[in-house]
Amino acid sequence: MSPRDEAPASVSADAHECERVANMLPPGWHNPQPDGLYQLAIIGAGPAGIAAAELAASLGARVALIERTAIGGVNLNTGSVPSKTLIRTSRIYADMRDAPHYGADIPVGVDIDFVAAMQRVRRVRARLSRDDSARRLTAAGVDVYFGDARFVTGDTLTVDGRTLGFRKALITTGARPHIPNIPGLAQAGYLTDENLFELTELPRRLLVIGGGPLGCEQAQAFCRLGAQTTIVQNKPLFLGQEERDAAQILSEAFVRDGIEVRLNTTALAVRMTSGAKLVDLLSDDYRDTIGVDAILTGAGRTPNVEGLNLAAVGIDCHAGGRIRVDDFMRTGNSNVYAAGDVCLENRFVDAATASARIAVQNALLRRNRRWSAVVVPSCTYTDPEIARVGLSVREANRLGIPVKTFTIPMHEIDRAVTDSETAGFVKVHVRGRTDRILGATIVARHAGDMINEITLAMVAGIGLRTLSCVLHAYPTQAEAIRQAADAYNRTRLTPRVRSRLLRRIGS
Amino acid sequence: MAQFPPVDEALLDQLQRAAFEYFPKATNPLNGLVADNSRVNSPVSIAVVGFALAAYPVGVERGWMRRDDAVQCVLAALRFFRHSDQSGSSTATGFKGFYYHFLDIDAGARVWHSELSMVDTALLIGGMLAASQYFDSTSSDESELRALVDFLYRRVDWQWAQDGADTIRQGWKPECGFLHYGWEGYSEAILLYALALGSPTHPIAGDCYRKWTLTYQWENLYDIDCLYAGPMFIHQFSHAWIDFRGIRDEFMREKRSDYFENSRSAICIQREYARRNPREFAGYDENCWGLSACDGPSDERPDLPNERRRLYGYAARSVPYGPDDGTLSVPCVLASLPFAPEIVLPAVRSMLTRFPETWQEGRLASGFNPTLADTDGHAWVSAGHYGLDQGIVLMMIENHRSERLWQLTRENRHIRAGLHEAGFRGGWLQQSSSAGAR
Repeated sequence: MSPRDEAPASVSADAHECERVANMLPPGWHNPQPDGLYQLAIIGAGPAGIAAAELAASLGARVALIERTAIGGVNLNTGSVPSKTLIRTSRIYADMRDAPHYGADIPVGVDIDFVAAMQRVRRVRARLSRDDSARRLTAAGVDVYFGDARFVTGDTLTVDGRTLGFRKALITTGARPHIPNIPGLAQAGYLTDENLFELTELPRRLLVIGGGPLGCEQAQAFCRLGAQTTIVQNKPLFLGQEERDAAQILSEAFVRDGIEVRLNTTALAVRMTSGAKLVDLLSDDYRDTIGVDAILTGAGRTPNVEGLNLAAVGIDCHAGGRIRVDDFMRTGNSNVYAAGDVCLENRFVDAATASARIAVQNALLRRNRRWSAVVVPSCTYTDPEIARVGLSVREANRLGIPVKTFTIPMHEIDRAVTDSETAGFVKVHVRGRTDRILGATIVARHAGDMINEITLAMVAGIGLRTLSCVLHAYPTQAEAIRQAADAYNRTRLTPRVRSRLLRRIGS
Repeated sequence: MAQFPPVDEALLDQLQRAAFEYFPKATNPLNGLVADNSRVNSPVSIAVVGFALAAYPVGVERGWMRRDDAVQCVLAALRFFRHSDQSGSSTATGFKGFYYHFLDIDAGARVWHSELSMVDTALLIGGMLAASQYFDSTSSDESELRALVDFLYRRVDWQWAQDGADTIRQGWKPECGFLHYGWEGYSEAILLYALALGSPTHPIAGDCYRKWTLTYQWENLYDIDCLYAGPMFIHQFSHAWIDFRGIRDEFMREKRSDYFENSRSAICIQREYARRNPREFAGYDENCWGLSACDGPSDERPDLPNERRRLYGYAARSVPYGPDDGTLSVPCVLASLPFAPEIVLPAVRSMLTRFPETWQEGRLASGFNPTLADTDGHAWVSAGHYGLDQGIVLMMIENHRSERLWQLTRENRHIRAGLHEAGFRGGWLQQSSSAGAR
């Protein structure tokens, strides 16, 4: 954690935290003594590093896994796991608030218990940390080292005073929150996803700087947990990677939740007055100042490449710090690969693990698997969720691919109506005048689950014609996908086809 | 155009004349500027001035206004803009040939810290060109009128508004420079691009338009193929000036459609949405629809932080994803007339019969909300009238009845050149103009 970060109210060392720490960074851990050449040395034990180590060990390779702080990386300790756990609790409160919408009464005496919510976060985190513990990895045949790794030559590195020889190396050191350069922010203190989940008290007023997935998810969660929440985004819409309709539905959901939405707005400066953080905001020519108790930031990520001595072994980086890799996940040094957030533009856990497995196969088995052939879905876990896979219409247009979108609003789906979850849509993009799926965007309460069907179809080369033949359990929200396929099928009924069918019916 | 029953002709005549009467009433005769709406202290909207300039030829043709008076109204506005403060200061009228969105009706100076608006300037210039095309006599006044329009059009620096980007910026303010509202997706900007591409002095590059169309989405929604845009006005505002029947850009050629057909599809989608009425608002059905930019009820409480909103005030309402708070716009339905009269006329009759309270002083209110009915069952109705509503209604009824405004712009060489540069081909663009394009 950076020394500039907010000092959250201290977390009592409860049993869950003790278990997690024991799993992630066992007390009294002794690094093994290297015994000969490693066939694969992996630097960084986040999701990508763990996936790579498990695969390499299962192939029978001698593997070293080196971690600077704690096994599990951002995902388990500060990222998706705690974030989604807290979001679930916030949804419970939102559902209770919306009870009259479902013909139910709002339960009497609903007080938000933030401490209990955060306790649950720690319990879940401890539970999931068992799968990725240092001892379990060791039992699987992985030599786990704790310490700072540094390349010495193209086939050696040092960690904790030891020199490790390797045939191939894989860098999976991930990325950390990028802190915007706002005067006064460091002095006033701020939260990032690295320390947000250590909070034990709910900030009464929260400012979220940045309208990417992290900012949007946490702004909604904290608002639903009772914080007066303002979100500022220096662009015209949230979630710049998503399509306009998805971002607009999210903006509307935020307004309904009571989040103060400030688009096209920049945070200029922060100062402390009487214990409150005063933040100067600028929206075009309109300046104002808001008072808050906490600031959450960390829009974007900075790759963790410092101290690795990359240049000395011929590994170069993009301008933003990402390690430059080719389509086979190989760096500028042909013995060294990289995977996950440290080199990918799309920073998702599933992309990190998939890229790591490709790197391992290419490094150890001399395969030529390409990253560009992988279909990567992603999801922002707001309510409604926003999930995407494949090409967007914008990307298809830029590539000169004719594209047509089959859209089913969720209000057309019986199960969405029965559940009063009609905000959103399924949009499936196909190549013009064919049923070949190029990509899709789904906005729905459970869009993250629904997108998997489209991903499967894309990987298996299944088109909309076949999808329309797949019975979907009724009533489910995933029926929207079949309805999109049915809509495609109806477009095949041109007047000529129809008259031919009529002739057949007549005969 | 097809003949309609006398009862419809009479109704249309009545509604169109009432819309026309908004402009003389809302105009400052000293400078030709027109109020945005009929409420007290309303500022001028430059887009409404553009609609007024197009309304005067209609008024003359329909016998509602003497030609000399119309010329004087147009001249007053043109002379004002010709001599207006173009310094771009915070209290000027414009900059680089563009104008601030809202102006003081007496001094013509910028108000409300409004932005220098590219699309609203385009609507103003569109009105100027229509007037210039219509007032074609050799009298000194009409000659001056045409010279002024030519000067004002040539003065607009469309290249500057591109700001080095792929597409034209939406706005600019002296306090902060260009605004960064996204131009993503189909919008009402075709007229803006046609004028910018056809400029004899500061044209933008042709691929600027193509880059904009790369953000389009061609969708199948409710089994209807459509270039999607949620609010109805997007399917009308360029169409009021330009006859899109049979002319196609590269995008529409590939889709085997055109922007006129597309507006017809948008009407069908609006109607389908209202029939399904997913949010269960009162009044909605296949003959009661119209989600667009309009005035509606508001529950905004500026004194309360983080209040939950259900009503959106003046907003661009949209199908099928919203915002939708139960507010509908009769003007946007009526302005759809040329695209689908067989759908629009029954809808207008039905809405006016069921909600006569939306018809005030003979003119249509901007928005009404039947879900928020009073104890007598009367829908919530927006107070007064908005110039944009009256302008688009007047122009679209006229295009439906006589195609007069379409004919005027079809004859304009700048608009023809701009459309051609944007890649439009076919239809009337292939024919030479009747009297030699000006």
